[in-house]
Amino acid sequence: MNVEVRSLPTQDAPAASRIAVGDGDIHPARSGAKDFHPWLSKRWVEHLEQYGSPSRQGWQAGPAYPKSQPNASRRDAYPPEGGRPGSSLSFMQQQHLDPNNVELGILNPLGSGQGVQNPELSAALCHATNEWQLAEWTSKDSRLKASVVVPYEDAIASAAEIRRYADNPAFVQVLMLSRTAEPLGSRKYWPIYEAAAEVGMPVGVHAFGYGGNPVTPGGWPSYYIEEMTGHSQCQQAGLTSLIVEGVFERFLGLKMVMIEAGFAWAPSLAWRLDKHWRTLRSETPHLKRLPSEYMREFVWWTTQPMEEPEPREHLLDTMNWMGWDRLIFATDYPHWDFDDPVHALPLRISEAQRRAFFLGNARNVYRGCAG
Amino acid sequence: MSRHVVATAQEIPPGGRKLVMVRGRPIAIFNLDGEYYGMLNRCPHQGGPMCEGLITGLREAKQPGEYVYSRKGEILRCPWHGWEFDIKTGQSYCEPERIRTRTYPVEVEAGTKVVAGPYVAETIPVSVEERYLVVEM
Amino acid sequence: MAGRVPGSDDAMSQWPSGAIDCDIHPSVPSVEALMPYLEDHWREQVIIRGIDELNTISYPLNSPLTCRADWRPKQGRAASTIEMVRAQALDPFGTSIAIANCLYGVQLLFSEDMAAAFARAVNDWMAKEWLDRDPRLRASIVVPIQNAEMAVDEIERCAQDKRFVQVLLLVMGDTPLGRRHHWPIYAAAERHGLAVGVHAGSAYHNPPTPVGWPSYYTEDYVGQAQAFQTQLTSLICEGVFNKFPNLKVVLLESGFTWLPAHLWRLTKYWRGLRMEIPWVDRAPMDIVRSNVRLSLQPVDGPPDRESLLRIMDHMQSDELLLFSTDYPHYQFDGTAAIPEGLPAELVRKIMVDNPRATYARLMEPVA
Repeated sequence: MNVEVRSLPTQDAPAASRIAVGDGDIHPARSGAKDFHPWLSKRWVEHLEQYGSPSRQGWQAGPAYPKSQPNASRRDAYPPEGGRPGSSLSFMQQQHLDPNNVELGILNPLGSGQGVQNPELSAALCHATNEWQLAEWTSKDSRLKASVVVPYEDAIASAAEIRRYADNPAFVQVLMLSRTAEPLGSRKYWPIYEAAAEVGMPVGVHAFGYGGNPVTPGGWPSYYIEEMTGHSQCQQAGLTSLIVEGVFERFLGLKMVMIEAGFAWAPSLAWRLDKHWRTLRSETPHLKRLPSEYMREFVWWTTQPMEEPEPREHLLDTMNWMGWDRLIFATDYPHWDFDDPVHALPLRISEAQRRAFFLGNARNVYRGCAG
Repeated sequence: MSRHVVATAQEIPPGGRKLVMVRGRPIAIFNLDGEYYGMLNRCPHQGGPMCEGLITGLREAKQPGEYVYSRKGEILRCPWHGWEFDIKTGQSYCEPERIRTRTYPVEVEAGTKVVAGPYVAETIPVSVEERYLVVEM
Repeated sequence: MAGRVPGSDDAMSQWPSGAIDCDIHPSVPSVEALMPYLEDHWREQVIIRGIDELNTISYPLNSPLTCRADWRPKQGRAASTIEMVRAQALDPFGTSIAIANCLYGVQLLFSEDMAAAFARAVNDWMAKEWLDRDPRLRASIVVPIQNAEMAVDEIERCAQDKRFVQVLLLVMGDTPLGRRHHWPIYAAAERHGLAVGVHAGSAYHNPPTPVGWPSYYTEDYVGQAQAFQTQLTSLICEGVFNKFPNLKVVLLESGFTWLPAHLWRLTKYWRGLRMEIPWVDRAPMDIVRSNVRLSLQPVDGPPDRESLLRIMDHMQSDELLLFSTDYPHYQFDGTAAIPEGLPAELVRKIMVDNPRATYARLMEPVA
């Protein structure tokens, strides 16, 4: 029979027969500016109307590099009732959480005021985002867990925001963005790591943000494809900084999750760090272990966008080098470079590896999520 | 192989499209200027629903800075990762030799012919007056 | 075999003769050494203004990486005399040709004119003090990238000396290397059969990481690999190799084990974002295979031989690597410039065939 475009599910196998997954990167979206108003003071509502919330880039609205699709989203992710992709919980359940058998979904709200130039506004927007996650998402679907969105360029304010939710089990992660004003390991950000480690939440570093630096160390590139590819290099630089500055030596309970920059870059970075750190170790007497050892113990990666080598089996080498316990499956729903759990890992792996990859590792990393 | 009636020709105007099921397979049908083309509704990349993709023209370049635009309305972008496919042939544009999506020929048959057979009219009731889209699978 | 040191270790004894070292760094001993090669105005500027050395922080003079301990002279600067270079860089490896890449900080200057003057001086100094003194030496042309026209002038001037085989750029400048305003440089290089060498180091006109200024030199040096990744992206996406199909770009002191993962990522995005750069009509790996090469040192490789062979497999071409010692930077001990366990055929390609195929001008007779 003929069917309308919308009512056909995208996958054929029923959810129950599919392996349960965790999703380390889901993007809930506001349907409009007013969504945050319940948690913003009149002052900020008026300020936003008059002055907006500029970041360290030039557009009043929109990203520095125009996306390849509106809202950087899948074209089939627009809720039937209207609104932006990711703004409807019911549609997210229908299109993603239910059919993909998502048991644990980590919310990483973007466009939440992180990196906004005005520090007080940034803190107000981040706090509103956190309350919004509770009111509209985690209280309505127990599979979803929230991230404490923090105004990371003000580490003291960020630490206060983290501690505010120390006892709320809906919050399982602290969220930062990767393109910070200074490299992630800078002392400027240490109060954030201290607070996160204290409350037992990992710090997730998600691609994007505008720290004011050109997005490559050789200046600003021309194209969106360069920006997208470049998230890998930004995360590598941030991770290098975290290790070399001794953040993992200082905050022993800290966990970091590198989000949405792929992961296959990690082994080469580890080898390079080890080699040159050995030569230059007199510079960093505070480091007691090889950089790769810090990476192996304190760092995880979400898998999206999963690299696609040919032959695919080369990726098995990468995963073996990194360790199967390091990878947290993620879809990036509803964004366009979405990884579908059925198709994203077309490799022959053991049952134990599959379970760890799709759910087990996530349960070990996010606060209070052990199954 | 059998031939299946999937819609009336009128249901899909030029520039339009419709998603149909044939023998359990989702097929996206497109009308390009009065010609009909069928494509499996699963992108060969990760299975994205092709019928929900954007239809565009083609841009090619021999040199950097050139954007030679052609074939308006004939290219389908997968709604997920944006892979481009020639609706008429199913060929991808990034690696045409290696990547294509599954296409199905669609023919227009007069009602009189359909009624005469051998079409599997599992989709809609047919009448002699109309014209019908037929997919062979 | 030419140049083999008696009593050298087993690995070395299996090396082919005629090794071509694609990255050595004779150093400018002091700004005084350049004075004879500066025009009157600039020579006097150096004195009037007390312009000291142009040493960049990319290689702190006394860091353990900048010069291997046993290569460090008791007095004077590392790699600053022909005798040192012969004894330490050329003879022990049986090197038949070595390409000198001078890292004096010309590209850091903000004044285009001063940069052009020092570029000319460095290139003339290189020809006179080095190339004239040992027939095994070749060099890269140092150019004032601050101004593309002036850079082209310098290329045209030096290209006449066939011992210059490459144009030298730093991996971190003011704007990404693929951008069109750099293209006159690539046109001139392609015209003269010169490779374009992109070497580790920064002009420091931008922070040396994409996320700001680091605290430690260790971060700066490790971060060079990310700079190479973004520059490779730029060169490919901007269509430099469409426009200049015969151009060879060599990534120098870049590391190489990052290449497969980087190309996987770039290729994946290219498949969906082709519309933004429609002139890129071949997969990035194919472009790299035809136009890009990487020098061997530093080998940013895994500690075990098996994994190194795996990552070399991931590179999917045995034509990419070019032998180098990166002398006098400390990347290996003794003469262990070639990682252990590589098949002999691959070693031969790395040490001889690949460099020969990359540097067309090596085959030309020199005056």
